[in-house]
Amino acid sequence: MKILTGNDLKTGDVTWWTGSSWSRHIEDAVDVGDAGDGILETESAAQRVNSAYIIDAQPSDLGPVPSHIKERVRASGPSVRPDLCIKPADPAAGNWTN
Amino acid sequence: MYQYDKFDQQLVDERVAEFRDQVERRLSGELSEEHFRPLRLMNGLYLQLHAYMLRVAIPYGTLSGPQMRMLAHIARKYDRDYGHFTTRQNIQYNWIKLEETPDLLADLASVEMHAIQTSGNCIRNISSDQFAGVAADEVADPRPWAELLRQWSSFHPEFSFLPRKFKIAVIASEQDRAAMRLHDIGIQLVRNEAGELGAKFFVGGGMGRTPMIAPEIRDFVPADDLISYSEACMRVYNRYGRRDNKYKARIKILVHELGADEYRRQVEEEFAHIKTLNLDPPLAELERITALFGEPAYDTAAPDDIDLSHPGFTAWVKQNVSAHKQAGYAIVSISLKPVGGIPGDATSAQMDLMADLAERYSMDELRVTHSQNIVLPYVRKADLFDLWQQLDAAGLGSANIDLIGDIIACPGLDYCTLANARSIPLALKISEKFADPEKQRDLGELKLKISGCINACGHHHAGHIGILGVDRKGVENYQLLLGGSGAEDVSLGKITGPGFDEDGVVAALERVTDFYRKQRQDGERFLDTYRRLGMEPFKEVIYA
Repeated sequence: MKILTGNDLKTGDVTWWTGSSWSRHIEDAVDVGDAGDGILETESAAQRVNSAYIIDAQPSDLGPVPSHIKERVRASGPSVRPDLCIKPADPAAGNWTN
Repeated sequence: MYQYDKFDQQLVDERVAEFRDQVERRLSGELSEEHFRPLRLMNGLYLQLHAYMLRVAIPYGTLSGPQMRMLAHIARKYDRDYGHFTTRQNIQYNWIKLEETPDLLADLASVEMHAIQTSGNCIRNISSDQFAGVAADEVADPRPWAELLRQWSSFHPEFSFLPRKFKIAVIASEQDRAAMRLHDIGIQLVRNEAGELGAKFFVGGGMGRTPMIAPEIRDFVPADDLISYSEACMRVYNRYGRRDNKYKARIKILVHELGADEYRRQVEEEFAHIKTLNLDPPLAELERITALFGEPAYDTAAPDDIDLSHPGFTAWVKQNVSAHKQAGYAIVSISLKPVGGIPGDATSAQMDLMADLAERYSMDELRVTHSQNIVLPYVRKADLFDLWQQLDAAGLGSANIDLIGDIIACPGLDYCTLANARSIPLALKISEKFADPEKQRDLGELKLKISGCINACGHHHAGHIGILGVDRKGVENYQLLLGGSGAEDVSLGKITGPGFDEDGVVAALERVTDFYRKQRQDGERFLDTYRRLGMEPFKEVIYA
């Protein structure tokens, strides 16, 4: 599957395209299929998100899982600071990248 | 320490106001990211994996207690309560919000700090010896010269759009604590036979994807000509450095391709021309700067003895305390490498504590080292025990300077968009594996440096043992290097062979250190044994 990601303009937070807006949580990301470039163009003009791009991911029961480790790190947070991860209460926070 | 004059302060304040306007225009949509990106980078604001990252300049690694307190305040107010001290003697904040950046920069400006020229193809923060001004072996204090270079290079109109970024280091001792010859320009202050002050110039060093040791370009530039000679070095680079290929744009490539002799010839020609322009600062300005780095009010009656009856304190003194030029005083290195801690990270509470301790014990001054540690340069020996107790209670008492636990590591893939592999988890694993202080001391001086990509922010080329993280078909892989040094015995590490996964490289590291222990001769450091034996026997052990 193809999903879209970028960083929020104001905060720099990692965000994922939900089909109608942007979410901090990758499980909200939707498969954009071949429509990614068109969405990026529209969203780039809207200037809510910086440097958005398309990545490969695999579907899972917990939502999309990015194919590349760099995107998995972006999705969860620094693996060495589980307390700063997107879900610090999750005991597996920080291990998700592996 | 240097103190801003009204021009310095006005420049920085005006830059904050200018950036505030630029941020407002970006947020309103008036500026696109394409237009805004170079503007934010000129102010040290990057967009990294998780958020904006701000790199704050700490000129030649020197800062006052109030400045360190401000860094703590910024960590608390604008970030997530910590900062990361870097291998370029700066600090980075990983979770900055664009909309808050102008206020952050205004706070920084209130203590004479900024983030200007911490990114982009310009002359970056000047680096220096963390023991500057207090080292017993220096021929002069390098800080006034580093400050002069800072002023010359700040907003220099001719050098604001160089082919690539540019890094300068200034030292004044034979012992190189600043990896001077791995900079674009390395300047070593020396005295000639007549006792006059001048400088050796080394040009074209660097790490990154094409590591090179800077060749000597001139053995003595009179001190009065230091700026004009630097200008000549820069002009030749600015004129002929490649702009068509980012990976061949650093001055090291130009010097290498021209050859040191031809580069020198061109610099000398340019220098002869520049000398007619009277570019060097007037003596009065030099004296004004130098006066700000005068000798502090030493307690000349301070006792020179240290009571070494406490074993933990004694171990710390042996490892973290260095000789001072003033009797009764010592230089203290505070390790930011506790077992299981992230190299170079400090919480706001730790920064506040270090500022308090600097105020109480070190004439209100601190230094940041390229090894990602902090130095208190003016500590009375009589105060060392009290100081150590307070550091130890705050998790800052690790007695491991220059030992295997004193690992340099870049932020790696946990934070950095350029990285291919994570550096910090590997550093933590090695730190745990070699946690035993006795084991570390037995291994002796062993500089371990880890980079998460070929850009080498973790100085892996200069590690006695270096580790380079690479991406092998989407999987993190680690190459081992042996034999590097950033010190006066400078050398570049060599890759041992095929890489390892994270556990594999830790196991290989253990095999290497075990082999060293068996093979070393009296007094040999790891690096000495490697240089005596060569790579082959180490490779046999690594890939057994």
